[in-house]
Amino acid sequence: MGDVKNILLVGVGGQGIILVSKMLMAGLMKAGYDVKMSEVHGMAQRGGSVTTQVRFGEKVYSSIIGKGQADILVSFEKMEAARWIEYLKPEGKVVVNNFEIPSMPIATGKAEYPQNVIAALEKEFATTTLDATQAAIEIGNIRTQNIVLFGALVKALGLNEIDWIEILRENLPAKMVDINIKAFQKGMEL
Amino acid sequence: MKKLMSGNEAIARGAYEAGVTVAAAYPGTPSTEILEHMVEYKDHIYSEWAPNEKVACEVAIGASIAGSRSLSAMKHVGVNVAADPIFTYSYLGVNGGFVLVTADDPSMHSSQNEQDNRYYAKFAKMALIEPSDSQESKDFLLEAYKISEEFDIPVLYRVTTRVCHSKSLVELGERVEVGFKPYVKRLDKFVATPANAKIARGKLENKLKALEAYSNTSPLNKAEYNENTNIGIITASVSYLYAKEVFGDKASYLKLGFTYPLPMDLIRDFASKFETVYVIEELEPFMEEQIKAAGIKCIGKEMIPNMYELNPDILAQALLGTTTESKTVDTNVVPRPPVLCAGCPHRGFFYTMSKKKNTVIAGDIGCYTLGAMEPLGALDSVICMGAGISAAMGMAKSFEVTGRDTKVFGVVGDSTFFHSGITGAIDVVYNKGKMIPVVLDNSITGMTGHQENPGTGKTLMGEDTLALDPVDVLKAVGYKTVAVVDPCDLKAMNEVVDAAMNATESYAIVTKRPCVLIKNLPPFKTKCIVETEKCKTSYIDQSMCVGCDVCMQVCKFDAIVKVGEQ
Ligand code: SF4
Repeated sequence: MGDVKNILLVGVGGQGIILVSKMLMAGLMKAGYDVKMSEVHGMAQRGGSVTTQVRFGEKVYSSIIGKGQADILVSFEKMEAARWIEYLKPEGKVVVNNFEIPSMPIATGKAEYPQNVIAALEKEFATTTLDATQAAIEIGNIRTQNIVLFGALVKALGLNEIDWIEILRENLPAKMVDINIKAFQKGMEL
Repeated sequence: MKKLMSGNEAIARGAYEAGVTVAAAYPGTPSTEILEHMVEYKDHIYSEWAPNEKVACEVAIGASIAGSRSLSAMKHVGVNVAADPIFTYSYLGVNGGFVLVTADDPSMHSSQNEQDNRYYAKFAKMALIEPSDSQESKDFLLEAYKISEEFDIPVLYRVTTRVCHSKSLVELGERVEVGFKPYVKRLDKFVATPANAKIARGKLENKLKALEAYSNTSPLNKAEYNENTNIGIITASVSYLYAKEVFGDKASYLKLGFTYPLPMDLIRDFASKFETVYVIEELEPFMEEQIKAAGIKCIGKEMIPNMYELNPDILAQALLGTTTESKTVDTNVVPRPPVLCAGCPHRGFFYTMSKKKNTVIAGDIGCYTLGAMEPLGALDSVICMGAGISAAMGMAKSFEVTGRDTKVFGVVGDSTFFHSGITGAIDVVYNKGKMIPVVLDNSITGMTGHQENPGTGKTLMGEDTLALDPVDVLKAVGYKTVAVVDPCDLKAMNEVVDAAMNATESYAIVTKRPCVLIKNLPPFKTKCIVETEKCKTSYIDQSMCVGCDVCMQVCKFDAIVKVGEQ
């Protein structure tokens, strides 16, 4: 697959994944890459598992990837990282938000939230764990957690030559820009 | 100018550039955004949400007869609903070009089956076009209208979830001002009497022959030869992109965009140049069967699965035997099924029903399908749009004639009620069914992402209009009692269900409370919390709580209280 890079973003409906993929693509396009993105959505409800795939390089054909092909997996929720891990290259990187959202079988007591996710990830993959949700709360708005993760993703990919602040300005409502710039920078630092 | 677009957005753009003036659809994943984007061109294109796909298709057909270039869009199963008119319109032929977009859903990401709608082209005798990415989704549509008008035939435009919902760069073009075709009264052409149909039938066969000749030279069908290759790949739609990903320049390709009638001469010529010929297509062997029937040697479904969507990985494994290395991690991953939103009005109804013994509940397609999920588990069947009421009618009749006293409820949403629930509801009163239709009216088409419908008082183009109330409709078709209830008021909900179960005359229920995700609703000012002195096991996630207080009504220990201004 040559020099094409594959990014897999996963999480739970309502966490703001689609917006991050959109801004990621906007930045990559500006930098002159061929970009393709695929998202699976349908149900309007909040709470299901959500994924988007972003691929960029000189020339990209398929918009989707199979198992063992993502260069980086960014998970907005802890257990989701483990759910999608097979899609990562064995030498790929994981960026995971240390935040738990119990799914229905867990909420109803039929199953337990797995205790050892981070350790299990770390054992097999280069893993960066961050408290994006906590950081977002400290910044003043829990809903900026996605932008904290966006910052961490950009850092992990080394895409520093793109002006991401500009992208944030272009894609967010004016009154949300400043707080999200803070969130983005926080993500770059964590 | 280049723009990043999803396939759906590109189809809307293509309609604009092709000079379309009328578009009609019923929402359904993965097709919904086509018409949502069509509104961006409202200065040029009239677009509407029709109550169902058959109506949408007929509106577009009417516009075509009147001389407009028209488009109708729907998900794959929607074409089943719209099938009646298309089978005849292909006999009649068009005036203004007519394109029916079918958005198929291989792997059933958001559907009840994964039927391969390419067979509709062959079955109904329409031309078939399959774009593979956003650029083609726009460009091929312009060719589709030319074909429709030149060959006097409807065009089936088939996309899939991955075409609809993938984004890539699209080079935009200008709108071609085709204007409209004059309307001339033509009884011989547009009146499908048996005598006219018999003549049209013969003509249609000739049109298909002419289309096959066109197919062999169509700019939509292209051979791509790479040097020193002994593998030839015949492919279409997204499968082409996956094949390129896997084989790169180690194979040659015959990439087909116009796939019915197939360009058999082109295929024969291409296939003759290679030792191995693969036919790579998602789902059924639609092309492969025809190619093999023409006596051309090729390999397809012997190696490639005919179920679920393909991807480069699956192809590499099937054809090259190579697998990409991947690893799992050692932890227990719990499933995360979609669930009704916190505070979803449907919960109150399903909670009430889950406590009722000796009842059967037929469900339907919409968010409320999730009423079947544990812990509610309050649905017994889900088949297709509208069956919530009519299948329940059949169950009730079966129980009645075989002497069983199970009570049957049939559940549909507001949009589904207008789609095809009404006819079922009429059947129940007409044929004295002992079942209770329940319309869960949340004032929106919820699952597909909040589209207007005949009950919302707004059109797709943003105009105010009459808001049809299911209560009035049910009364008008003859229900003696139509009980209206707030589903989040559990006591009232329970009373209504009990009254319905004991009713001796026709009885229908309409629950009314808006979907919690509708924008611009007045925000809930109160939230619920668990008093930790009274309960140590439960908690309420404050970022999710909408203050519906159903939990307060359910808790036997009064451990939940409301906080915030009342
Ligand atoms: S989107 Fe609306 S109707 Fe659908 S589950 Fe959520 S609250 Fe209920």
